[in-house]
Amino acid sequence: MARHFLWLLLIPFVGLLWVPFYNFHDPVLFGFPFFYWYQLAWVPMTAFLTWLAYRTYANED
Amino acid sequence: MKTELDIPAVAVFLFFFALVTVMGFVASKWRRPKTLASLDEWGLGGRQFGTWITWFLVGGDFYTAYTVIAVPALVYSVGAYGFFALPYTILVYPIVFMVMPRLWQVAKDNGYVTAADVVHGRYGSRMLEAAVAITGVVATMPYIALQLIGMATAVKALGFEGELPLIAAFVVLALYTYSSGLRAPALIAFVKDIMIYIAVIAAVSVIPGKLGGYAAVFDAADQAFKAKGSGSILLQPSQYVAYATLALGSALAAFMYPHTLTGIFASKSATTIRKNAVLLPAYTLMLGLLALLGYMGHAAKLKLASNNDVVPALFQTLFPSWFAGFAFAAIAIGALVPAAVMSIGAANLFTRNFWKAYVNPQVDSAGEAAVAKIASLVVKVGALLVIIYLPTQFALDLQLLGGLWILQTLPALIFGLFTRWFTAPALLTGWVVGLFGGTYLAWTDGLKPLHMLSIGSFQATVYVGLIALVANIVVAMLVNLVVPKPVATAEAAST
Repeated sequence: MARHFLWLLLIPFVGLLWVPFYNFHDPVLFGFPFFYWYQLAWVPMTAFLTWLAYRTYANED
Repeated sequence: MKTELDIPAVAVFLFFFALVTVMGFVASKWRRPKTLASLDEWGLGGRQFGTWITWFLVGGDFYTAYTVIAVPALVYSVGAYGFFALPYTILVYPIVFMVMPRLWQVAKDNGYVTAADVVHGRYGSRMLEAAVAITGVVATMPYIALQLIGMATAVKALGFEGELPLIAAFVVLALYTYSSGLRAPALIAFVKDIMIYIAVIAAVSVIPGKLGGYAAVFDAADQAFKAKGSGSILLQPSQYVAYATLALGSALAAFMYPHTLTGIFASKSATTIRKNAVLLPAYTLMLGLLALLGYMGHAAKLKLASNNDVVPALFQTLFPSWFAGFAFAAIAIGALVPAAVMSIGAANLFTRNFWKAYVNPQVDSAGEAAVAKIASLVVKVGALLVIIYLPTQFALDLQLLGGLWILQTLPALIFGLFTRWFTAPALLTGWVVGLFGGTYLAWTDGLKPLHMLSIGSFQATVYVGLIALVANIVVAMLVNLVVPKPVATAEAAST
């Protein structure tokens, strides 16, 4: 079993809890300052990482 | 804000409210079991909810009406800091993915209904079971009261005065929860979540167009904060640790609550839970966009009596009144789903971990359901009385402390899933230190969620719940090292 995929789930914690990393105004995307679109972008990225981890488990349904 | 009755808005509102009321009662026949007179059926919907039902139920239950009102209100008043709800509701899902399938399996294998059942099964300690159960009930009560505040904000925006509409809505809610159990909020959650999605998507796509685009919205907010002299659209360096610890602490606490755990226990399989950890972030995206309504309030130059009015006022100012009525119905129904699940979760705790533990250990499954149904009524009446007779601030303060308290049940509930090292006395001591120490810190800070920590020359403002959790775990480990271990725990002995 490729359970080392679970380590991927730590990445969002690093990306979101280290605030100085993203507390900026620029670059702006679609009118959103970096602070906002960076955090919003972590929503689909975290879902994707979780999906990679999900695939390593057998489906019980 | 307008205060006279808005007829098209009221008509749309009443239509949807009537619809979900009918659904609430019909729900007892949905996926009909042989009998509803069993706690597994009444309190957990038969543990058979698949991916989509769970998605709607947990989404409807976790992203509450109060969230819809309070998150934009906080962003409106303080700016970037209020956005911590976003990292919080992102990070919660990797945690759910790692922990909750194991918890579900233990509950499923042993027929457990509550967190305190799991703790009693694992450690065989009535004291630790009671600690977890009492914390759950006490933390849930103010949370239900907050749902009433969310509902009251929507009802007031329609132009209704007084507490009568609120009482009427709650009586209806209490009756269908009594008769249908968890099936009622599960069925209503479909309507609630779809309505909320429609309202939010309409808001975030239409409103910025009317206000000159997102860049103009952020600019307007920036200038409003500068003019006001407080708040900003970026964080101050002194807020970094507060922002991160609030996000992490809230994420750890979120699925310790009875209402979120009820959604987990009601799932059909561990796969259902893992799939939902992948799919539920869709709600987080919605919440992130919804939070920006706070800034749109500045761009629209709203004059508000209370920050909590920012969302209703935006809908009233910028949308036709029938759509405002739709949005208010979404918020009010959004209060019913979590309020129902919370009262069921609290009732399950009372039944399993007080009634069955102390009053009538021989109670059968039908008897449990009967006790839980009554308990759910008592819980809801209690929350209603709190809102009517006590100041709103009381519920808000208790809710804040509730987050701190529920977080202190994490070691007892979760650690046992991964290690057999901890003992009940150690976890109980940790719980006492975390709960009372944390409450004392928050109390001396004037009931603020943040505490200034100084370690040498290093100073940081930290979420007090997380400080208490660290103290809790450290104390549990120390006691564990000092006190000799018993030979076998209850579960180990029985297997």
